[in-house]
Amino acid sequence: MGAGRYSALSLLRGALGGHRHWGRAWRAGEPRGPYDVIVIGGGGHGLATAYYLAKEHGIRRVAVIEKGWIGGGNTGRNTTIVRSNYRQPQLQRLLEYSLKLWHGLSDELNYNVMFSPRGALFLGHSDADMARLAERGDALIAMGIDADLIDRDAVARLVPLFDMRRDARWPIEGGLIQRRGGTARHDAVAWGFARAADNLGVDIIENCEVTGFLRDGNRVTGVRTTRGDIAAGRTGICVAGNSGHVAGLAGLKLPIESHTLQAWVTEPVKPMIDTVVMSQTLHCYFSQSDKGGIVGGGDPDFFPSYAQRGAPIRLEDSIAQAISLVPALSRLRMVRSWAGVTDMSFDGSPIIGETPLDGLYLNGGWCYGGFKATPGSGRLYAHLLATGQSHPIAAPFDLARFAQGRTIDEAGAGPMPQNR
Amino acid sequence: MLLIPCPHCGPRIQEEFAYERSADSVVRLDDAPAVAMTALFSRANLRGEEAEIWVHAQGCGQWLRLTRDRMSHAIRSVEPL
Repeated sequence: MGAGRYSALSLLRGALGGHRHWGRAWRAGEPRGPYDVIVIGGGGHGLATAYYLAKEHGIRRVAVIEKGWIGGGNTGRNTTIVRSNYRQPQLQRLLEYSLKLWHGLSDELNYNVMFSPRGALFLGHSDADMARLAERGDALIAMGIDADLIDRDAVARLVPLFDMRRDARWPIEGGLIQRRGGTARHDAVAWGFARAADNLGVDIIENCEVTGFLRDGNRVTGVRTTRGDIAAGRTGICVAGNSGHVAGLAGLKLPIESHTLQAWVTEPVKPMIDTVVMSQTLHCYFSQSDKGGIVGGGDPDFFPSYAQRGAPIRLEDSIAQAISLVPALSRLRMVRSWAGVTDMSFDGSPIIGETPLDGLYLNGGWCYGGFKATPGSGRLYAHLLATGQSHPIAAPFDLARFAQGRTIDEAGAGPMPQNR
Repeated sequence: MLLIPCPHCGPRIQEEFAYERSADSVVRLDDAPAVAMTALFSRANLRGEEAEIWVHAQGCGQWLRLTRDRMSHAIRSVEPL
């Protein structure tokens, strides 16, 4: 199992030996069913699920099945923002549960996920925006979640490079900041959970695509894969972006459509923006990575796609917005842009719960906000897969809510994923 | 970026069009509740070809039926609705 526990001492020992002793961080798993639980999808959520299954519930016969490689999907494609300042109480509880786990995650995993609680700032561009942010802040504080409403002078001090002119394209009137929010190194989150789960005996099987399900009547008893059939007591789908496709292999149709979301990064520069900047009025968000690049994104492409590539027009929108807020960004070169496939659910909230098939569970529909939920989502899904019962925090996010009129619609946009 | 051949206007850029929904998910006024619920909230969401309803919002304003591959983005057909 790699080089044992990571510590200052192991680093020092490595330095003396030219750092040649570092082994693999996790074994190359081979299918060796039957398993108690199979988690389909080796992204952050799936790996976290496996980790907490082994850690919290003592279930060691667990496999994570990944069609590509660990961290190659949406876990490595997001803009790394972590926060819990939502408006709907169910989402506040879910994301706050997750945010609390982020704050101890590097220690928990013995892996530096570079969680950086540098603050997550929503901008207000008008009196109406500020009234909306004040209302949200009050709702958060009532829930015990930190929120500071700050005026335009405080915003200007926080990010001196903002265009604070009164006649700017998007004048800044103030903001709402969650100081415990921030960013994390997304690849490290996947790697850290993979290594920690592997240490507890979880098999992480890469390059193994699920092609169907083993069935016994209405019960799912395992998966068919490109590396053979694997039996399992319980099977958990955890493939946000491809939930529709994988659920379709079991004959299910979900309230989910797959859409493209793009992101971009500039060349690395010295520290210039030390908080996460978001505008929900514009729909643009950016932050500076620890390496120095400005990472940002905006709207999805507004039509269904699994292609992992997007249209330049959407990139242009979010970059134009970012430049209008921080004009200095126009001097930077963009080095890369990319796209991920997002699971756009029909109320904008995730789905964690059982499916109409026995033994088959679903965790998906994270829209474009799944990264921040990684540890919480995994721990709650592990609870469901271990006990067959939803944790109270996850219970409102069941699949049945759509038919029962209990949607959790943060944007109030109705069942139209492209309008979210 | 898609180049969509509008049957009324000819090939136009994607920005002029708006995606509405899958063609099999239209909700009709006299649908039974269970049928309407399925149309509102469940999608095949295929990693492949599906028929979709679009509108040429910034062009002729007409509703269209596109048959399009959601993996390759190839457009097989565009018909007036």
